[in-house]
Order: sequence, then structure tokens, then C-alpha cells
Amino acid sequence: MPPSAFTSLRLNHVGRVFAGQAALVDLTLEIAAGEFIALLGPSGCGKSTALNCVAGLLPLSTGSITIDDERVDTLPPEKRDFGMVFQNYALFPHMSVAKNVGFGLQMHKTPKDELRRRVAEALSIVKLEEYAARLPGQLSGGQQQRVAIARAIVTEPRLVLMDEPLSNLDAKLRLDMRGEIRRLHQSLGLTTIYVTHDQEEALSMADRLVVLRLGHVQQIGTPRELHDHPANWHVADFMGYRNLVDLPVTRRDGDAVTLEGAGMTLHGTARQDVTVGETAAVAIRPEDLRLAREGSAAADTIEATVEVSEYHGHDFAVDATTSTGQILHFIAPDGLERGEQVRLTADPARVLVYARSLDAQTEAGGADA
Amino acid sequence: MPDTLERPSTVPGGQGAASAEFLTSAPAAPRSSLRHRLADRGVEPSLLLVAPALVFVLVLFIYPFLYGVGLSFQPASGGIGLESYRDFFTDPYEFGTIWKTMRLALPAALFNVIASIPIAYKLRGRFKGKRLLATMLVVPISLGTVLVAEGLLNFAGRAGWINRFLLAIGVIDTPIALVNNYWGVLFSLIITGFPFAFLLISSYLSGIDPSLERAAALMGAGWGKRFTKIILPLLAPGLATTFMLTFVLAFSVFPSATLVGDPAGATRVISLAAYQAYAEQFNYSKASAIAIVMGVVELAVLAVVMLWRSTLYRGSTGGKG
Repeated sequence: MPPSAFTSLRLNHVGRVFAGQAALVDLTLEIAAGEFIALLGPSGCGKSTALNCVAGLLPLSTGSITIDDERVDTLPPEKRDFGMVFQNYALFPHMSVAKNVGFGLQMHKTPKDELRRRVAEALSIVKLEEYAARLPGQLSGGQQQRVAIARAIVTEPRLVLMDEPLSNLDAKLRLDMRGEIRRLHQSLGLTTIYVTHDQEEALSMADRLVVLRLGHVQQIGTPRELHDHPANWHVADFMGYRNLVDLPVTRRDGDAVTLEGAGMTLHGTARQDVTVGETAAVAIRPEDLRLAREGSAAADTIEATVEVSEYHGHDFAVDATTSTGQILHFIAPDGLERGEQVRLTADPARVLVYARSLDAQTEAGGADA
Repeated sequence: MPDTLERPSTVPGGQGAASAEFLTSAPAAPRSSLRHRLADRGVEPSLLLVAPALVFVLVLFIYPFLYGVGLSFQPASGGIGLESYRDFFTDPYEFGTIWKTMRLALPAALFNVIASIPIAYKLRGRFKGKRLLATMLVVPISLGTVLVAEGLLNFAGRAGWINRFLLAIGVIDTPIALVNNYWGVLFSLIITGFPFAFLLISSYLSGIDPSLERAAALMGAGWGKRFTKIILPLLAPGLATTFMLTFVLAFSVFPSATLVGDPAGATRVISLAAYQAYAEQFNYSKASAIAIVMGVVELAVLAVVMLWRSTLYRGSTGGKG
């Protein structure tokens, strides 16, 4: 049985309602075999609901899931042939590591010799050969996580589902495991859906990202697309545009927008339809906001007072406030003193201007991806 | 320093004021360092607070128990010896009570444990009316044996509703005997013992992480396999404990054996034999001997269960429990 023996998996208008509350609305997504998809969003955005719906642990309220032309959302989880890694690992505490990994094969009535061979193979992939006889309780968190991964891939499932698998690990281990999961995915060609609230994790691992908010899809795209062209300010916020400022639009000329307020004047690029007089959401990444050169025109810069300057390895992350108290985050090559006056500037192409309201844009944001 | 150390010697002198002063002035260096030294040796001083309870247990349980053991070796005929035990084991009417009690307690405990598993398992999740259902299952605890016996006599007696109904629909010609015999006592033990078993097993079940079952499902295990491979092995130690508790409760059956049983015959249980030796024959030594035998039999059954339990996985079950 070759892994990912299908060409595409389709979620058609998948929705889920909990006691009258919509947890997931109209998720439509086509996943190609071998793709790594990350569902990204804050807690309560519907990403885990979506995963559980795909896994068969939650029934759908609307829509359907098909693999090629086979309908799978009506199958019970045990008939779907999916592997899943749970946030808390969910290892069977009374079974040895080898038994845990072999459980799925045993359920599929794999002959004993083959079972032993495949368990050994899966354990060697996650580098846990010598722990085969241990109980899960005798392993560290990272080792348990690797057992959970071995267990999810040993049956060569059509689809691997991962529910925030790294959130219980410490920062360093998380980085290591991130690389390991990515490596496994590439070498085994497993189709994967990965749920996370960590945008860095999603950006670094996934082929495509699905950003969710309150059950609604905000944007679907490659890490690059999302990072450089967020569909709305919510996605921008998630992609590391830490400066989100509401400012009134004073001038618009095509995509070039000028905004004034909160003690600053900004030139930016409209990413959504905004009109003069309307208050828009402006998104700027800290690394795109720079100290202005000496002698640049005062009209094009923002004056601010330094509040906090944090050393981040080779540069400094600085928080400063404008005359009206608006906090701005930027990166400076050198440390700045608290109370120091600075003048900031940004390339208009990297100042993204969005409509304030997300609701009206939800549909458009989902559709344009 | 010497000042604070000497102070206790003034306390026996008497007044509350002196001892109160001692208590408030004491938390100086010596006491905290003593606390640390005790902590180094793994002694927790606040454990001393259990001392009154310990005294209570000693006075109200250990002493009477040892007194009873002593009494059982002092036969009514005088002297010291095993006569009371010999009396019990040579008289089939007395000796047979062990079997009669076992015949009630074992099936009742087994039934209560086994019947609780599917019900507790089914009631595990969240659903409408769960609290009402669980309350109804637990109500018999609050009723007490006598009320249950009264109910049983009303429902299952010769002129009770069950018999009248069965007669009316023509299933039987003469009333069947459901009470004042073995069955009456067994029913009573089940009615009063089931809530205990159900509550205990429910709490053991809630200690099993629900995601284990989900993981098993995704790995291809249907509900039967999930139950036998995941739930049951993790629940087994809890089942053993529950069995032991319900067995001990059932083994000391007394009121229902009299009220809904046949106390002169089929349900002359061991506690009745002990009671009769004490209250009718005034043979305290024999009564004590029977009580000791009763305890030994219970311990033997518990030992077997504990032995089995020791072969099981007893670590974390991943859940909140």
C-alpha cells in the first residue's frame, strides 16, 4: 500500500455548529497528495474543529469530505485510514513503545513478522530503537512526541493529522522537532494537515497555510503569499505585522494612500478598498519601520519617544510612542536610550492599508486565494 | 537562644497566658531550623495533626479488635484454648455460614462491578439528563437497607406487584418466592451495592484520557477493540478495588439477611451466626471467634484480588484522575 494513494482530498463547504454556535463555516479546500497544509489561527478559530471533522471525531454539520471520488465524511474514524498526532500525544500508557506503534498494524491484521519489521522501521525513523520496550511514562516529552509520530505514520496512512503537536515542548526541542517533522514529511511524502497557533511554525513547515478566524477562512496561500500579501489586517497581525494602527485616510490616488492622525502622517499602499475620510487599519512590520536618515523631510517621518529597547542578538527591538501615545515597534541596529527622540520612516510599498471591518472582507479574503 | 529553649519548662506552671506567649514567641530560629532538619529527613511536622485521629482509631478499633482476638481464645467453659473455634468448625450449621455468605457476597459484588462498567461507560460523556439519570442510579445509597427491604417486600412479596402482575397475565399459576429466601437478600445486596460500584467505576473511568480512545479509533480499532484493548486494561485496577469494597460490604450483610431473607436457613449468614452466639447463647468467646473467622475469610478473598491486581498496569491513565 503506497502512502497517499490518491490524487486529491477535497473539503467541500465543511461546517460545524456547536449548540447553535458556528465553530467552523464553509471551509473549502483541495489538498493534493503529498502536500503539507497548516491550519493557523488563535484559539477558538475553528482549526481544531476542522481537524477533528476531517479525522471523523466530530460529525460535520454541513458539507462533505471526499478523497478522489470516495466520500469519507460518512465513515467512522477507524475506517478512514488516517494517522493522527494529538496535542497531549495520547500514547497508551499501559503498552510499551513498540506495542503503541504496532497497535494500528495489529488492528489492520498485519502478519506478525511484517508488524515487527515495520515497527522497528518506524522507530528507527524517529530514532527511538532502544526505547522499544519502555512504557511511555518512562520517556521524556520529546521522546513521547516521537513515539506519537511513529505511531501515526507506521500504517502509511492516506493522511496524517497533527493537532498542535509541538505546543507541549520547550522552545529548543520545538525547533528540533519542527525540522524533524518537515524532514519526515518530505522523505515519506505523507499528505499532512497540521494545526497550530504559531505562525512561525506554520510558515516554516507548510506548503500552504489556511488562516482561520472565528470559524471563517481568512486566507489560503503559500507562506510567501501570506507573509508578503496578507488578505486583511487580521492575517497581517498573525503574520508578524506588529504595528497595527487605525488612521483616517486623507488622500487616495490609485493604490497610493495617505493617512494622517495620531501625530503622524503615513504613505501606504491600499490592499483593500478604502475611501477618503474612512478610518483604515494600517499594518507595518517592525523590520519595515526604520530610523529616518538625518536631513530627510520632516513631513514624511513619524516622531516618537523611545520606551523600551530590547537586545535581540544582532539588533534591537524598540518600542516607542508617538505624541498621542500610539505605540510603534521597530528594529534598530543600535540600542536606544529610554526617552530618546527618534524619527521613523517606512517604504510606502511596505505600509499596507486595509479596511477596518473584517466581516465584510471575510468572503473576499477567502475567495481571492 | 537559651531563653527560648528554657521557656517550655515554665509552661507546666499553668496559666493559658504563659502558654500563649510561648506559642507566639516560639517561631524564632530554633523552631524553623528544627522544621528544616525534619524536612531533610522526610518528616512533615504537620503530620502530627493526625495524632488525634490516630488515638481515635486505636481506642475505637485496634483495642476492641485485639480484645476480641483475646476473647476468642478464652472459651466460655473457662481457661485458654481453641475451643470456640473448634465449636464453630465442627458444627456444620455454624461452619456452613461461610459458604452461605460467600454465595451471596461473591455474586452480588461481581454483578455490581460488571453491571456498572457498561452503564458508567455509557454515562461518561456529556448529554442532556445525565445528572438526573446518575442521581437516580445513586439514590439507593441514601435509602438504607431497611427501606430497600420494605420496598422489596412490597414489590416482590407473595402478594406483591410483581407476582400479582405475573399471575394476572397468566405467566405463572402460583406466586413465585422472590423474598424471604436467597434471592431476596441477593436483590437487596445488588440494589444497595450497585450505587457504590457505579460511582467508583465512574470516577475511575473519568480518569482515563478520552483522547486515548480517539487515537485508537484513528488507528483502526472499532469500539469493541477500543474497549477491550484500551479502556478495560486501564480500568482493571479500579475494577479490582471496586470489587473488594463491594465484596466487603456484601460479606457483612446483616439486616437484609434477616428482613428479606430466610435467617434460619438459606441466608443464615456468618454475621447472623456471630450475633446469635452473642445475643442468644451469651457466648462472647464464640461470637468473637466467628468474627475473627469472618475477617480472615474476607482477607483471603481480598488477598487473591490484590494478587491479581498486582499483575496489572497501575500507572497514570492520562486523564484528570
